[in-house]
Amino acid sequence: MRRQKDELILHNHNNDGVDRRGFLKCMAWAGTGALCVIKGGVLRSYSLSDPASLAVSAPDGELAFVQISDSHMGFNKAANPDVVATLQAAVDKINAAPVEPAFLLHTGDISHLSKPTEFDTVDQILKSAKAKQVFFVPGEHDVLEDNGQQYLDRYGKTAKGAGWYSFGNKGVHFIGLVNVLNLKAGGLGTLGSEQLEWLEDDVKGLSASTPIVVFAHIPLWAVYPEWGWGTEDSAQALSYLKRFGSVTVLNGHIHQTMQKVEGNITFHTATSTAFPQPQPGTAPSPGPLKVPAEQLRSLLGVTSVDYVPGKHTLAIVDSSLA
Amino acid sequence: MKKAILSAATTVVVAMAFGLSRSSQARPAANGQNTSTGQYQVEIDNFSFGPATLTVPVGATVTWTNQDEVPHNVVSTDGKDIKSPVLDTDQKFTHTFAQAGTYAYYCSIHPKMTGKVIVQ
Repeated sequence: MRRQKDELILHNHNNDGVDRRGFLKCMAWAGTGALCVIKGGVLRSYSLSDPASLAVSAPDGELAFVQISDSHMGFNKAANPDVVATLQAAVDKINAAPVEPAFLLHTGDISHLSKPTEFDTVDQILKSAKAKQVFFVPGEHDVLEDNGQQYLDRYGKTAKGAGWYSFGNKGVHFIGLVNVLNLKAGGLGTLGSEQLEWLEDDVKGLSASTPIVVFAHIPLWAVYPEWGWGTEDSAQALSYLKRFGSVTVLNGHIHQTMQKVEGNITFHTATSTAFPQPQPGTAPSPGPLKVPAEQLRSLLGVTSVDYVPGKHTLAIVDSSLA
Repeated sequence: MKKAILSAATTVVVAMAFGLSRSSQARPAANGQNTSTGQYQVEIDNFSFGPATLTVPVGATVTWTNQDEVPHNVVSTDGKDIKSPVLDTDQKFTHTFAQAGTYAYYCSIHPKMTGKVIVQ
């Protein structure tokens, strides 16, 4: 098993006693058949002679999950003629990880044209994931024609309104938001007053030390408004979360990784499993970006997120499919 | 010999040019503004409507064609009059404007895309 060249530790302020030099040294060992894992803030190395035996669940109290996004099932143009294969490759990658995620989060654009067969295909592929639980939020491609009714029937049976909801896991509070409906001309993503009122109420009783993870399709910060990459009323949503010591916002939609830290809030967007899009302002529009075939998988990927109790910031690691 | 071929070629080119210009009068030009048949075209390309503002006479028919690799639609900003189905690549939507007025529309999937048809 070769060293994963495309794994980037983008954000790890855990102060966990692992010095960078030690970590880099361990990464060098990985080329000779060792695997380095941070567990409980301690760096351990494993021989890769028997990789199958290495998969473990996160240590007690810790929580590992994986975000996938923008599978666009049904897309078949030049930028990626086989989105089935790349979604399967993403699942295979997650299954091969040394730490098994507790669940997956899909941050929307599950389908490309909201067709039933497209949703069915994604469901089928996700069945091959070892992690059996998948949480969804819709993208604008999932709510075409019917104002999101099919999406709700499939993925939002226990959700409120247009599909927002929250749940807890190992003391972390997860909030799924919907910002792809009732979009106004010339505008950005929208949460709407009903959802904002629900959100305010949902977090009201939580102690400020509760780690919060918010996931929604369109970015909740102004990545590039000219291309619609932002949410009109996200400031109000974030105002309800400012008092918390650790807030992580996970988004999709832009098909590339981007990150911003604002006080206690870390924003992160994921790559797509289907096709890349251009960086802001580098192309006439945010449409699918065609790259040489051998480069495609290096621009697609998944995002692993790890919560370690006592550490304020979640560790976010992007891995490409290359 | 060369001169003869050259002049013959020139004649052919000129003839073709005339032929082309004659036929272009018979069919709509780009962003087809063919006033004789009332057929108008809007191209949806690179997440934008082209032309963004189209002026037509009462009774004109406008056809939107999606040239992008992602779906778009055409929906009236005020929710009345125009509501196209979702258009995949190469799909078209046609609307006839029976009454004068200004019709602002957008793509409800990518709301930054806006356009206008002025009917007068």
